[in-house]
Amino acid sequence: MMIAVHNVTKRFGTFAALRGVDLEIRSGELIALLGPSGSGKTTLLRIIAGLDRPDDGEILFDGVNALTRSVAARQVGFVFQHYALFRHMTVFENVAFGLRVRKGKQRLPETEIRSRVRKLLDLVQLSWLAERYPNQLSGGQRQRVALARALAIEPRVLLLDEPFGALDAKVRKELRRWLRGLHEEIHVTSVFVTHDQEEALELADRVVVIDKGRIEQVGTPRDVYENPATPFVHEFIGETIATPITIENGVVSYAGATIGLDNQGVRDGKATLFVRPYDMAVVPVGEATFAGRVARIHGLGPARRIEVALHSDPGGIVEVDLPRTSAVSTGEQIGLRPRQYRIFASPAE
Amino acid sequence: MTSDALIIPRRTPFQAPSATARVPLRQPSVIPGFGITLGLTLTWLALIVLIPLAGLFIRSAELTPDEFFAVITSRRTVNALTLSFGISLIAACINLVFGTIVVWALVRYEFPLRRLLDAIVDIPFALPTAVAGIALTSLFAENGLLGQLFAPAGIKVSYTPLGILFALIFIGLPFVVRTVQPVLLDLEPELEDAAASLGASRWQIVRRVILPALLPAMLTGFALAFARSVGEYGAVIFIAGNMPNVSEIAPLLIVIKLEEFRYADATAIAVVMLVVSFVVLFVINRLQRWSADRTGPL
Amino acid sequence: MIAPGSTRFRPTKRSAAGPLRTEPAPVRCLIIAIAGAFLFVFLVLPLFTVFQQAFSRGIGPYVEAIRDPDAIAAIQLTLLVAFMSVAANLAFGLVAAWAITRFEFRGKSLLMTLIDLPFSVSPVIAGLVFVLLFGAQGFFGAFLQEHDIAIIFAVPGIVLATMFVTFPFVARELIPLMQEQGLQEEEAAISLGASGLQTFFRVTLPNVKWALLYGVLLCNARAMGEFGAVSVVSGHVRGETDTMPLHIEILYDEYHFTAAFAVASLLALLALVTLVAKTVLEGQADRS
Repeated sequence: MMIAVHNVTKRFGTFAALRGVDLEIRSGELIALLGPSGSGKTTLLRIIAGLDRPDDGEILFDGVNALTRSVAARQVGFVFQHYALFRHMTVFENVAFGLRVRKGKQRLPETEIRSRVRKLLDLVQLSWLAERYPNQLSGGQRQRVALARALAIEPRVLLLDEPFGALDAKVRKELRRWLRGLHEEIHVTSVFVTHDQEEALELADRVVVIDKGRIEQVGTPRDVYENPATPFVHEFIGETIATPITIENGVVSYAGATIGLDNQGVRDGKATLFVRPYDMAVVPVGEATFAGRVARIHGLGPARRIEVALHSDPGGIVEVDLPRTSAVSTGEQIGLRPRQYRIFASPAE
Repeated sequence: MTSDALIIPRRTPFQAPSATARVPLRQPSVIPGFGITLGLTLTWLALIVLIPLAGLFIRSAELTPDEFFAVITSRRTVNALTLSFGISLIAACINLVFGTIVVWALVRYEFPLRRLLDAIVDIPFALPTAVAGIALTSLFAENGLLGQLFAPAGIKVSYTPLGILFALIFIGLPFVVRTVQPVLLDLEPELEDAAASLGASRWQIVRRVILPALLPAMLTGFALAFARSVGEYGAVIFIAGNMPNVSEIAPLLIVIKLEEFRYADATAIAVVMLVVSFVVLFVINRLQRWSADRTGPL
Repeated sequence: MIAPGSTRFRPTKRSAAGPLRTEPAPVRCLIIAIAGAFLFVFLVLPLFTVFQQAFSRGIGPYVEAIRDPDAIAAIQLTLLVAFMSVAANLAFGLVAAWAITRFEFRGKSLLMTLIDLPFSVSPVIAGLVFVLLFGAQGFFGAFLQEHDIAIIFAVPGIVLATMFVTFPFVARELIPLMQEQGLQEEEAAISLGASGLQTFFRVTLPNVKWALLYGVLLCNARAMGEFGAVSVVSGHVRGETDTMPLHIEILYDEYHFTAAFAVASLLALLALVTLVAKTVLEGQADRS
C-alpha cells in the first residue's frame, strides 16, 4: 500500500514538531525515519497511524484520505517502543487480541483464530513461549511478540517506533537481521523510526532524514551517505570534519590562503567544507590544504585514527582516518588534502 | 556530486488551513469515551459534593456580616475553635516527630515483625472512629490499662483535653508515616555514600542530607494530620469531657447548635472550619508541588 | 492527591544498607524500640482494648449483645448503606479515573482537588450540608414535606452522607496507578481494532484489579464505620435509623459498656480483615 504525506504540520503548544512535511512511501518498501530526538519522527509515525492528528496537511493511503478514518479502520500494525504488551495476558492471548475483538461479520471462528496465532508465533519463532506472560520474557522476545501481535490483524502497513531502542547491542544486531528477513518474506509496507543511523542504513530500502520537524533528505542508504544534500545530513550520518571557509569571486580560501578546491557552485560568502575522515590524503606540506602536527595516534582496527593539531587553528584538532599501513608518527609535521568533499553555504546570519 | 536518485524534498512554506486540510471535528485523542466519562464524573461530583457544599455557603450568606461575626466571636465558639485547632496542632507536631521515627525504623532497618508493624500503622485508617473513641476512653480511664499508670501522678487523661490530644495522635499518625515513607524509600543511597566519602559523620548525613530531602513530605504529612484532626468527631467526643469552654471541640459545638435548631450558628462555625480546611488544602498542594520539584529526576 | 494514596501498588525498592549507610547498633535499637513502643501504646492497645472489654464478662453477654434485635437492625442498615455507597463510588471511581488519566484537558488538577474535597471536610460538616439541603428548614424542606419524602432522619439521608464521606476512596487508589501505567496498552488495543468498552474491560480493568479491590475495601471500611456525618443526619431512632457506630454510641452512653464493645468488636474485626487483605493485596501487586 502506498502512503502519501502532504504538507503535514503538527504543533504541541508553541513547539513545532512537524513543519510542512511531504513524503511518498512506496508500496512494499521498508523505509526508515531517521533523526535525533525531538526531530519529529515519532510524531510523524503516530500521525500516519492515526494515534495523533496533524494540525494541517493530508495523509493518503492508496490515494484515499486517511484522516477521516480511525486507527482501527486504517488497518495499521503499530509496534510501540516499549512494546505495550498486555501484561496480564499470555503471549498467545496477546497475539490473538486483535482477532478476538472483531465483531459481527469480521469475527473469525475460534479454530481459525488459533491456527493464525500459531502460524504467527512460528513465524517469529516463539511458539514455545505461547503460554508465558510478558514479564517472563526477555526484551528481544517481547519485541517479537509485539510484532506478531501487530501482524495478526493483517495490516496494510507496519509501523515500528524505535523497535530496537530498548535492547542491548548484540540482541539489536540479531533482530535487525531477522526483521529484514521477515520483511523479505512478507513484503508489507513498513515504516520504522530510529535515531541509530547504522540501523537505518543497514535495514532500510530508503532513508528519510528528519531534523527539527523538516525532512532533510530522502534517498537510498547509499545516497544519503555518499551524497548528503544538506550539512545536517552530512554530519548526522557518518563522521564529518567540518571547517569554516570563505568564497570570494568563486575562489575558496581557508585561514586566509586559497586552497585550490572547487567551490561546487556555492555563492560567495561564508561557507563550510565537509570531509569524511577517511577522504583526507596525506600530501607534502607545500601542497597541503591543511597543515599541522600529529598530536596522537590511536585505533587498532583497519584504519588508524590520527589527531592533527592544525597550525591555522590553535587548540583545534582534526581527526583523520588513515590506512593502517601509512607511516605516520606522533609529533611529525603532516599535510592533508581532501580527496572528496562537499561545500555548503553557511546559513545567512 | 549530483545523482538522479537524489530526491530533495519540496520545502513548502507553511500554508494557512486551506481546501487541502480536511480534518474533521473529532475528539482530540484516539482513546474513546472522553465526553461521557468527563460528563458523568462532573455530574456525580456536583450532585454529591459540590451542590451540598455550595448550599452551606449560600446558607451562611443569609447571615449579615454582623451576625456572622457575633456567632464566631462568641466566647464559647472561640474556645471551641481554639481547642480544636490548638490541640490538633500539638498532636500533629507529636506525630511529626514520632511518625518520622517510625518511618525510619520501617524503611531503614530489618527486624522481626517489621511487616507487622508496617500494617499496624494503618489501624487508624481502618478502624471506625467511634470504635476508636470508646476504646481510647476505656484505655485511658482512671481504672483503664494505661490510665492506671497516670493515676498515681494525679494526671487524668480521659474526659480532659489531654484525652483529646491522645485521640488526635491516634488519628493523625498514619498521615505522617504514609506520606514520608515513599519519599524515604526512593531516596538514592548514593547520596549518603557520597556524603560519607566526603567525611561527614552519620549524624551529619542524617541532618544535612536526608532530613532536608524529607522535609517537604514531612510538612505535607504534618498538614494532612492537622487537617484531619481539626475535623475529627467520633474518636474525640467519647474521651473529651465535652464541657463548654474547656473540653468542647468545634465539631461538637456544631452538632449542639443543630440540635438546638440554630442552623445559622452551626453554618457560621462550619464555614470558618471549612475556610481553614481549604487554606490548609491549598498549602498542602503547594508543598506537594515543591516536593515534586525538589525530588524529581535530575 | 492530598491524603496518602497508593504508592503501595507501585513496586517498592528498599535501599540496601551498607556499612556507610546506617546508624550504630545501639542507636538502631533505640529507634526501633521507640517506634515499637509508640505504635504499641497508641495503636495496638486501643484495638486490643476493644476485644478485651467485649469479652470482659464472658461469651454469654457478648453473644446476647450481638443478637439483640436493635443490634441486628443496626447491622443490617450498616450493610445496606455500605453496599450502596461502595457500589456508587466504585462506578464513579472507575469513570473518573478513566477521564482523568486517559485524557489531557485543562482544569484536570482542579478536578482532582475537588474530588479530594470530602477528605478535608469534617464529617460533622458533611452531615450538616445535607441537613441544610433536605432538613425541615432546608432548601428542599418544604418540597419534601409536601410530598411526604423523608431524607434527613431517614435512610436516604444516611446513604447520601456516607456517599459524600467515602466519595474519593476508589478514585484515589486508581488514579496514581493508572497514571503510572500510562496509555500505551490502551492505545495498542485501539490500534488492534478494539472498541472503547472492549479496551476497558479486557485491558484496563485487569491491570488495576488489585488497586481497585483495595479501594473498595477501604471504601467499605469507612462506609461501615462512619460516625460523625451519619450522627448528624440520622434521627437516632433505634431499630430504624441507627447504624452500628450510632448503636455503639447509644449503648455506651447508657453505660452498657460490654454490649457497646461487643458490637464494636465486629467493626474492629472488619478493620483487621481490611488490614490483612491490604497486606495480601500488596503482596499480589508486587508479584505481578
